[in-house]
Amino acid sequence: MTTNKRGFIQSVWDFFCSLKLSISLLIGLAATSIIGTVIPQSPPREYLESISQTKIALYSKLGFFDMYHSWWFILLLYLLTLNLICCSIKRLPRVWKFVSEPTLIFDEGLEKTLSLTHHFKMEGDAASLKDKMAAFLKGEFAEPVITEVNGEYHLFAQRTPYCRLGVYVVHFSIIIIFIGALIGSYFGYKGYAQIEEGTSVSTIENRNGRQTDLGFAVKCEKFSVTFYDTGAPKEFKSILTVLENGQPVPGFISIPIVVNSPLTYKGITFYQSSYGPAGMFQITVRDRKGGAPVKLAVRQGEKTPLPNGGFFQLLETTADVSPFMPQLSGPALRGTYMGPDGTSQQVVLLRNYPNFDLQRGGDLVMTYDGSEEKYYTGLQVAKDPGVWVVWTGCALMVLGIIIAFFLSHKRVWIRTANGRVIFGGTANKNQAAFQLVFDTLTDKLKQM
Amino acid sequence: MTSSLLFNVTTFTYLVSMLIFFTFLATKNKTIGIVASCAAYFGFVAQTVAIVLRWKESYAAGVGHAPLTNLYESVIFFSWTIILIYGIIELKYKYRVVGAFVVPFALLGMAWAQLGLESHIEPLVPALQSNWLLYHVITCFLGYAAFAVACGISIMYLIKESMEGASGDAQAGGIIAQFPSIRVLDDLNYKAIMIGFPLLTLGIITGAAWANYAWGTYWSWDPKETWSLIVWFIYAAFLHARITRGWVGRRAAILSVVGFAATIFCYLGVNLFLSGLHSYGAGR
Ligand code: HEM
Repeated sequence: MTTNKRGFIQSVWDFFCSLKLSISLLIGLAATSIIGTVIPQSPPREYLESISQTKIALYSKLGFFDMYHSWWFILLLYLLTLNLICCSIKRLPRVWKFVSEPTLIFDEGLEKTLSLTHHFKMEGDAASLKDKMAAFLKGEFAEPVITEVNGEYHLFAQRTPYCRLGVYVVHFSIIIIFIGALIGSYFGYKGYAQIEEGTSVSTIENRNGRQTDLGFAVKCEKFSVTFYDTGAPKEFKSILTVLENGQPVPGFISIPIVVNSPLTYKGITFYQSSYGPAGMFQITVRDRKGGAPVKLAVRQGEKTPLPNGGFFQLLETTADVSPFMPQLSGPALRGTYMGPDGTSQQVVLLRNYPNFDLQRGGDLVMTYDGSEEKYYTGLQVAKDPGVWVVWTGCALMVLGIIIAFFLSHKRVWIRTANGRVIFGGTANKNQAAFQLVFDTLTDKLKQM
Repeated sequence: MTSSLLFNVTTFTYLVSMLIFFTFLATKNKTIGIVASCAAYFGFVAQTVAIVLRWKESYAAGVGHAPLTNLYESVIFFSWTIILIYGIIELKYKYRVVGAFVVPFALLGMAWAQLGLESHIEPLVPALQSNWLLYHVITCFLGYAAFAVACGISIMYLIKESMEGASGDAQAGGIIAQFPSIRVLDDLNYKAIMIGFPLLTLGIITGAAWANYAWGTYWSWDPKETWSLIVWFIYAAFLHARITRGWVGRRAAILSVVGFAATIFCYLGVNLFLSGLHSYGAGR
């Protein structure tokens, strides 16, 4: 029974140490990751309406709408980590031993395993040749370790033995990155803040819809946007001030932020992400058949009651209409007119063309008189205390990969006997390059 | 001289180089091989000058940015990096014939860019105004190019292996005999991926760093990001396959081809087939 149990534990251990499992997990992760790029994550309502109920039920059950956080995907990542740890526990001590206790004795058994060896005839006895060879290796390669066995001397020298640990640095870095990601998800948050020019906020809306208190306030002093001649946006800029207890914090007063240049205060970073009009737009409404014009102030998104019992809802505005209506220019707005009878109609108003709305042919005629130049700025807000852990992991990973791929552990041995010298060497990577090193050393030995 | 004229010269030279490479395959004449790679290098120089010119032209047009920002520019840069990596591998390992399977990729890129893509120099939208763009694009594309070279080599491997059998004792005749031995091809494949993998890793990291700097999240499982990770997983699997019995050779070559197919999907497919589901960095 106990041997059975042992056998079972042993095979579980072997399973988690195996490279076949690693390959399967890596390919499995690659294959399953595709799902989330094809099925929208946190899908919008329009998408859900476009697919069948059975599909929705199935996808929700399998976690496909938030695939990368589904239990089975996280499980794959944990399995990968476990695989990595087990494999390292199994192999690292061996590699360590290999590096710290190298084979010092260059016997014939070892000689047979090396593809690069050379025999020389030389004047002198074993001891004097040993001194000569030791000086040679020290000068040309690396300081040797000398062992005497039965009157023969074995010299061993190596270069960059620690590069064998490079892959473990890579593997360790993966675990560090995971730890960084976990720190971020437990102790950080992501959110969004919308601040009108001249106002401030002290709470933000979290990704999962909750309000988070910042512990201080951020004021948007000013927002500006500039455009290229083509009409494409060139720069969005917010001027922000941090307030503690209503007082501006020195060093954080009127700081400009643009896309790609955020502001960080107390570990919380504010990123320029969007903007929109926040001011009031003045429109005038009059009856087509005559009557006194009525001035109204409307705001984006809101339904404004009209004198005839209908409503006007402002949808979007622009400072220059020419990209949309090439022959025209100047500020414009677009909205929906909802008549008292329940009909609705799209309305476009141009400030430079007050009679434009006459063409619509409605009972009410509207004009766009101007706007208060005022914006809100949309900021992404993030707190992620794990991010430096992640960057440390990334740096280690790059370092580890470079060590693992581009350095090699080069080892050479020399055995001296009376009148004879035997030279051999090997490298764990890039044998071709090592052969050049070996040949150069051989040539130098020949000339001695 | 304008950049577009020089790009035409480049495309034409790559076409000529490819044809000479095919002749080289058929005739096994060493001199023809040298002429073929010289043609490729000449095209490379012309292309380098053209890219620099386009950079200057963008300043003259008042928008001033590195020529790496739209599909046209990136396809051209991709084909440039392919020849660069091919050159490194050819000069270092002296297997000229690999060019016959690599230059066509570069030619394909140039031809597509010139015949099918909009070449207008556009100003940079705010999200792209960052030096990270440069680091990110250059590292990614060098990585992609190394994978393209590895894919070319793997195709040679698969052709040669299916003719000769895995042991390589049955010698195939004709053109195939010109290929390096399957052991060498297997090794070259690995070497190309050893160049590509660190570069892709750096590309993903610089991309994450940039995203973090611009939007506050280093990873958001955006399709493009995810696909770059898929590619990374495939090549990581390849690296481990290399040290596992039973996975060396044929399966490793297949993984390398699959990896490059995923690379191309990451680069082009994501924008063509998956766009509209997520918009990159559009705020909320
Ligand atoms: C499931 C988890 C993993 C396990 C169990 C694992 C295991 C191993 C083992 C045993 C080696 C060989 C070490 C040696 O030669 O002594 C290795 C090499 C390597 N691993 Fe992993 N690995 C895993 C995941 C990864 C991942 C995700 C990467 C991504 C960067 C990676 C990168 C490398 C590299 C670059 C090498 C060196 C390959 C070479 O020298 O050709 N490993 N891995």
